[in-house]
Amino acid sequence: MNAARTLLEALKHEGVEVVFGYPGGNVIPLYDALYDFDITNILARHEQGAAHAADGYARASGKVGVCIGTSGPGATNLVTGIANAYLDSVPMVAITGQVRSNLIGTDAFQEADIFGITLPVVKHSYLVQRAEDIPSIIHEAFYIASTGRKGPVLVDIPVDLQRVDIDFDPAKAQKIVLPGYKPTVKGHPKQIRTAAHAIAAAERPIIFAGGGVVSADAAEELRELAIYAHIPVTTSLTGIGGFPGDHLLSLGMLGMHGTQYANYAVTNCDLIFGVGVRFDDRVTGKLETFAPDATVIHVDVDPAEISKNVNVDIPIVGDAKKVLAALLVELKKLGLSSERHLPWMEQVASWKEAHPMIVSQDDDGELMPEYVVRKIWEVTNGEAIVCTEVGQNQMWAAQHYLVKHPRRFVTSGGLGTMGFGFPASIGAKLARPDLTVVDIAGDGSFQMTIQELATAVDYGLAVKVCILNNQYLGMVRQWQELFWTRRYSATCVTCQPDFVKLAEAYGAEGYRVTRPDEVEEVLRVALSSDAPAVIDFRVKREANVWPMVPAGGSIDQMMVEGTS
Amino acid sequence: MKHTLSVLVENKPGVLTRISALFARRGFNIDSLAVGETEDPRLSRMTIAVDAQDSPLEQVTKQLHKLINVIRITDLDPSASVERELMLAKVRAGADTRAEIMQIVEVFRAKIVDVGKDELVVEVTGTREKVEAMLGLMRPFGIVELARTGRIAMGRGTARL
Repeated sequence: MNAARTLLEALKHEGVEVVFGYPGGNVIPLYDALYDFDITNILARHEQGAAHAADGYARASGKVGVCIGTSGPGATNLVTGIANAYLDSVPMVAITGQVRSNLIGTDAFQEADIFGITLPVVKHSYLVQRAEDIPSIIHEAFYIASTGRKGPVLVDIPVDLQRVDIDFDPAKAQKIVLPGYKPTVKGHPKQIRTAAHAIAAAERPIIFAGGGVVSADAAEELRELAIYAHIPVTTSLTGIGGFPGDHLLSLGMLGMHGTQYANYAVTNCDLIFGVGVRFDDRVTGKLETFAPDATVIHVDVDPAEISKNVNVDIPIVGDAKKVLAALLVELKKLGLSSERHLPWMEQVASWKEAHPMIVSQDDDGELMPEYVVRKIWEVTNGEAIVCTEVGQNQMWAAQHYLVKHPRRFVTSGGLGTMGFGFPASIGAKLARPDLTVVDIAGDGSFQMTIQELATAVDYGLAVKVCILNNQYLGMVRQWQELFWTRRYSATCVTCQPDFVKLAEAYGAEGYRVTRPDEVEEVLRVALSSDAPAVIDFRVKREANVWPMVPAGGSIDQMMVEGTS
Repeated sequence: MKHTLSVLVENKPGVLTRISALFARRGFNIDSLAVGETEDPRLSRMTIAVDAQDSPLEQVTKQLHKLINVIRITDLDPSASVERELMLAKVRAGADTRAEIMQIVEVFRAKIVDVGKDELVVEVTGTREKVEAMLGLMRPFGIVELARTGRIAMGRGTARL
């Protein structure tokens, strides 16, 4: 059996049903093997699209996403997608072709040192040197990608090695020797007891949940714990869906574009229980004023996250699912009364009432972006998978689409990659064909990977792109408006394609909405069809995302609508 | 603050790059680095000398631990470990200075490993301080060429890293 075929056998062994890739000279043997193998290759129209689709697939399914590119430009086109997966800890295996072994290092045609290029953005990587290692390397790659703190693993395979005949023994390939890799999953019992006592004693506690809750499939454990201990929950951007957004205890997102009540609660709490979070600068704002009076408990599977940005009082290294379950047992032993911190709960409720998230109204009857997001939420009953692009569209989606379930909010949190959402939605739709999949997009981001419309049409993947079209690179424009005396340098993009005609040219459906009263009906029609669709919502051009904490400011000092 | 890290790693291609890149990313300058196979040929030991504050170093150490090929890291306590460097110095040595150089070599328990018409090659091993002192004494004679290894180190006693 040639090595390319054994690679596919090894993938199948890992449960892979679909890969996202693009052929080229140095993966011809691999694509030849795929030709009649029962793994589906989704032919993206650009390798970046393939990587983001694999990422979206992984986030929506919880499985490892696989993408493939050829050597040189094929591989370098994957890099943004790999970096994106790295920053959001998404399990991914990226397979690249490499020039023939004897040509490596000679600047051969389509040669790039992808192993070297990706070193800072992978969890691990391999440059295959012996064909017979391929099956075991694939197994190791999946194991590393999907355990501990998840992340992307690169496997770079010279084209000549793909053609070598080797023996494939699945049992042998399963033997892993990784003396330096032993993720801690079970939290330290003593630390968990200490945390339980701190939580029980707290007068003003808050839970801060992040992407780790979703990634560890710990949403159910978190919900049980929050309800039992009666503690309000705020989430980071990637934590959205880790706790039901419509729950009474939910405070929504915190940080730069978080809710006012979440930011007030964090600033005034006496205990913050962070789980699967990394205290990113977009969350904490000015570190000195972030939760200044709080005892900090931090649960994370990655020990390097503990005390990286915020000093932690009670660290617990471990898998969020296991730690939360163990912690709930300890809390129940202490028998918490839900009355124990009534004044705090009343305070939080009064912040919520005084500073609700509002859908701004426009005096001239123009279409407001938040209104569109709210309508998408209503029409889909809050049950859709929502992918987002990056910028204003992403923040409006995060604020106004109250996600109920984990793995239903797919967004580029760490890297902030424009052009991520649409290909990610293609991957998400493949992972969950039973769900409505919506990409809440900006006109700028969508145009970065718009060629994937061909992919969606080709494979009949009915994703729905909702462009909040303001003909601006809106988030940068907002910063320019607020902090750079309205000098809209390079952000006004009025020259754009007719998105309706463009969608139709690709074979998708196209819709345009200019008035608020059209939104609901067009959504109902567009979302009920079996075809991919693009809806061009012409929104108020200079709408802003509110509230906003200026970069580096204290998170309780928020600018709200009407701030000049 | 000077630190000597002893890092046990898998003996595989790319490991040195991964480790040095991590230090570079955090803006740390590596003072010296020595790598060699251990008693187990599948493993290598790196001895890395860095000048860094404790808390950023702790963060780098944690990041190093995350590398799949890194097995163990120890920040060696200077009072509980021995460390050595090796230096080869080609020193100008005419008939008038040769005897004096050889006398210094003897005092330092160094060695003459090559003798030329006008030069001697001196080998010295020891702590960084000893090597520096030797170098200082050789300088006035004229150093023609100099090569030094990085520092290697090992904890004292029976404890194994």
